[in-house]
Amino acid sequence: MISPFSFVGSKVAGACRSCADVCAYIGESVCAFGGILFHPSRFRAGDFFLAFQRAAFDGLVITSGIGLLLGLILAFESAAALRMFGAEVYVSDLLAIGLFRELGPLVTAIVLAGRSGSAFAAEIGTMKVDEELDALTTMGLSPVRFLVPPRVAAAVLAMPILTVFAELAGLAGGAGVLSLMGVPFEVFVEHVTDSTGLFAVVFGLVKGALFGLAIGMVGCYAGMRAKSTADAVGVAATSAVVSGIVSIALIDGLLAVLCYICGV
Amino acid sequence: MEKQTMIQLQNVDAGYPGAVILENISFNVFKGEIFILLGGSGCGKSTVMKHMIGLNPVLSGNLRVAGLEWDFDTRTELCRKIGVMFQSGALFGSMTCLENVMLPIREFTSSKKRACCERAMQLLRDVELEDAADKMPSEISGGMRKRVAIARAMALDPEIVFLDEPSAGLDPITSAALDDLILKLRAEKGMTFVIVTHELDSIFKIADRCAMFDKSRRAMIALGRPQELKHKSEDAFVKRFFNRGSE
Ligand SMILES: Nc1ncnc2c1ncn2[C@@H]1O[C@H](COP(=O)(O)OP(=O)(O)OP(=O)(O)O)[C@@H](O)[C@H]1O
Ligand SMILES: [Mg+2]
Repeated sequence: MISPFSFVGSKVAGACRSCADVCAYIGESVCAFGGILFHPSRFRAGDFFLAFQRAAFDGLVITSGIGLLLGLILAFESAAALRMFGAEVYVSDLLAIGLFRELGPLVTAIVLAGRSGSAFAAEIGTMKVDEELDALTTMGLSPVRFLVPPRVAAAVLAMPILTVFAELAGLAGGAGVLSLMGVPFEVFVEHVTDSTGLFAVVFGLVKGALFGLAIGMVGCYAGMRAKSTADAVGVAATSAVVSGIVSIALIDGLLAVLCYICGV
Repeated sequence: MEKQTMIQLQNVDAGYPGAVILENISFNVFKGEIFILLGGSGCGKSTVMKHMIGLNPVLSGNLRVAGLEWDFDTRTELCRKIGVMFQSGALFGSMTCLENVMLPIREFTSSKKRACCERAMQLLRDVELEDAADKMPSEISGGMRKRVAIARAMALDPEIVFLDEPSAGLDPITSAALDDLILKLRAEKGMTFVIVTHELDSIFKIADRCAMFDKSRRAMIALGRPQELKHKSEDAFVKRFFNRGSE
């Protein structure tokens, strides 16, 4: 039987090692991006376009669909309460603020984590199992430099685009519900534009890009640290999704605190 | 004349963290030599090779390649001196065969794209695969993949070439052509080869020396010229190995 001390000790030592490993990975990624700024020809544009196509274009329908449903649901649920005060029209304000500032980027990011985060992890994990990462290393090429920037860039750029679609679809859903309740479309639009400034929209998109950064980084990391066994790829993909969503929640929380402190 | 040592293993324990596979192995590989790693399946040949190419650190002992130990500072320099073909081929699945061979050339030489492409085609021609240049690795056979991987390993004219089971999955004709290619490269460029193979014909044709490992004894059990090992070794396992299973 192992003593509780050695159990706790080994857990702590393992956690410290993981932390160091994550820091090394982030550092190497930063260097990789810095290197690309100085030598743009090093950027693997082919990989980028493929990842971007898969993340952004192939994800448009599902993200918009979820945005639409979200708008519908939010509108129905809030209308039920607001109707008691004869204030159905304020559903549009609620929708606009909720979608642009919070729910649009968040829901889009969760979908992207499920689609692209796991895909990055599976792709890179398979490369690891097939010794392709080892082959890169023995050629003197850093797998991080080679694989991470195109994928992360794709996720960062895909997020704002997808977010816009999710938000517009959500608004469309809300507008549909409100028109059923007798609120004219012009009034809906007026309330939406009045309640959201440019700041809220840009803030939502920047937040989305940050989420994209986290999803890309976490997905690639999970793939690179996959074990070389048969089930490793599945494990890596799962961990990419779970850690991706956790990191999204963390970033969102941090930004919320920051906004509160700055009073925006 | 003193032979130049390219790879030196001194009392090396080979394996993975927490799992020693082979204990206390020592041998040298000299410049221009074709050195074969032998042994039953799972005895640790690929493991020893992974130590030599700097993927895994040795568990204990001393390993030097071209006079240098693998560490952070020497890695870039050593990587330029070696070419590796992995047991699985390890071609990049998202690139065509030609792009696979071109990758190291483009990354490490300043040649124009055209020149890189021509060099890569020449390498593919050497392994008789110019037809497969534009195919993806998933569209060619296992043996063809290995040959593309060999072409890629040779791309930068490395000083030491590591081949993990290059002829497994090849027909006898292609396999013999591969042996000729290895001999030719050694004669022309003075390359050193470390090869894992089980093909006895090939071993007798090209090998200068071999090292044999045994899984159950977790040790290197023989080192020397293949003819000597076959005829003079007292070890039962070595005898069985060279006589295809019979004593
Ligand atoms: N990552 C690893 N961690 C721990 N043990 C491993 C690992 N990879 C391989 N092994 C073990 O190391 C031993 C030697 O494996 P290795 O791949 O070197 O064999 P090999 O001699 O190349 O065999 P083959 O001829 O089948 O390729 C095996 O028993 C294997 O179980
Ligand atoms: Mg092997």
